[in-house]
Amino acid sequence: MIVESNLDASHAQYSFDVLAGEPWIHEVKQGQTLRIVDLEGNQAVDTLFYNAHDYADRYSAIDTITRQKNIYLTAGTQLISSEGNVLGEIVADTCGRHDTLGGACAMESNMVRYAIEKRYMHACRQSFLKAILSWGRGLEKRDIPPNVNFFMNVPVTADGKLTFEDGISEAGKYVEIQAKMDILVLVSNCPQLNNPCNAYNPTPARMLIWDAPV
Amino acid sequence: MNDNSSEILWEEPLAGGATWSHNLKRGTALRITDVEGGGNAGAIFYNCENPVERYNMPDTLKAQHIARLTKGFAIYSDMGRVLLSVTEDTCGWHDPIGGHTTEALVRAKYGEKNYQQHRNACHRDALNGFLIELEKYGLGPRDLVPNVNFFSKVEVGEDGGMNFVPGNSKAGDYVELRAEMNVLIIVNSCQHPMDPSATYQAKPLMLSIRRVPPPAADDACRMSRPENQRGFTLSERYFL
Repeated sequence: MIVESNLDASHAQYSFDVLAGEPWIHEVKQGQTLRIVDLEGNQAVDTLFYNAHDYADRYSAIDTITRQKNIYLTAGTQLISSEGNVLGEIVADTCGRHDTLGGACAMESNMVRYAIEKRYMHACRQSFLKAILSWGRGLEKRDIPPNVNFFMNVPVTADGKLTFEDGISEAGKYVEIQAKMDILVLVSNCPQLNNPCNAYNPTPARMLIWDAPV
Repeated sequence: MNDNSSEILWEEPLAGGATWSHNLKRGTALRITDVEGGGNAGAIFYNCENPVERYNMPDTLKAQHIARLTKGFAIYSDMGRVLLSVTEDTCGWHDPIGGHTTEALVRAKYGEKNYQQHRNACHRDALNGFLIELEKYGLGPRDLVPNVNFFSKVEVGEDGGMNFVPGNSKAGDYVELRAEMNVLIIVNSCQHPMDPSATYQAKPLMLSIRRVPPPAADDACRMSRPENQRGFTLSERYFL
């Protein structure tokens, strides 16, 4: 569902461009709004959310899709945690559909999907691990569950096939998440070079944060 | 096929709503049978030698371009290795995206039936089943992964809508999982969370374990697609 935002980028309290292949980890306070902008189009922004006060209570792809009985994330989607809490809600979306079944690329899954020789190509789970190691505070590999792939289009067919379709995003499209509690947001701006979904060309994503309206 | 290949080591029933776990050894296979039909077997999987390597739902789906499991497909860990392969299936569709029941969902849907009054016929939920069993192996809520729901079918429409399809599994249907690594497998027989039935009716399952030969060079699961050939190779390298 396309819902445009009325927030003005020039009034955002925070702005940061995450280059392709880089992680980003940042706390977003309850009531704040995070906008993720696909600056150049069809970029996968692999994203996880945690209760900032209890990392064991984290984004659950399955709880999120079963709660709304729909596999696509878009405006109106509540991001549900493993303990059934609402971490945030997608309040604006100019792309219309985001994936949460495809997960994050990894060196190991690239070996399976593409070729064993692809092992040493950079991958999202390398970025996730790098980010949680730098963040510290007890986060470990087991705290990386299946994530959201903002701007990715991964339909499921009636006969149970998972397909990776051409992107429906383009330069400047964005998605906004309003935090419903204090959350930690972990992003890997996907470095994948083996997949046509991003035209083999990973590009930067912009993170903007606005304070809650007073 | 020699006699050894089909030797049943043991079998045991799993009562409705109960949870079972086992370190399934490489070279054995677990058969789960839906005794009465309409059953559901929620299951999660870990490398029992190093449980931080565990079932990865997205890796399993995207390696094979599937949103269901059936014969010929593999169940992948996050390390690019095949944990288990589906070597037999009379049912045709097993759900990897429908999740599990929780205490709150069971209470809201079926009302409360506590142990004090109902003894072992009390209501149970899959989430508590998984978490309690994980604790027995030193694992906890942070280690929970999305589960497979064997015998259940969830269709996805063009608009992304998820729809539970009743009647997917009939009495006697079975699925067989061959261990390609030593796998901690946790199974529970709670109802599927999207099961529209208004009645609490967790169905019993039969579990049987037998010895099986290692996957041959032309094994159907290995050869089903190039991704699986590589996944089997990576599992085999783990043991070298």
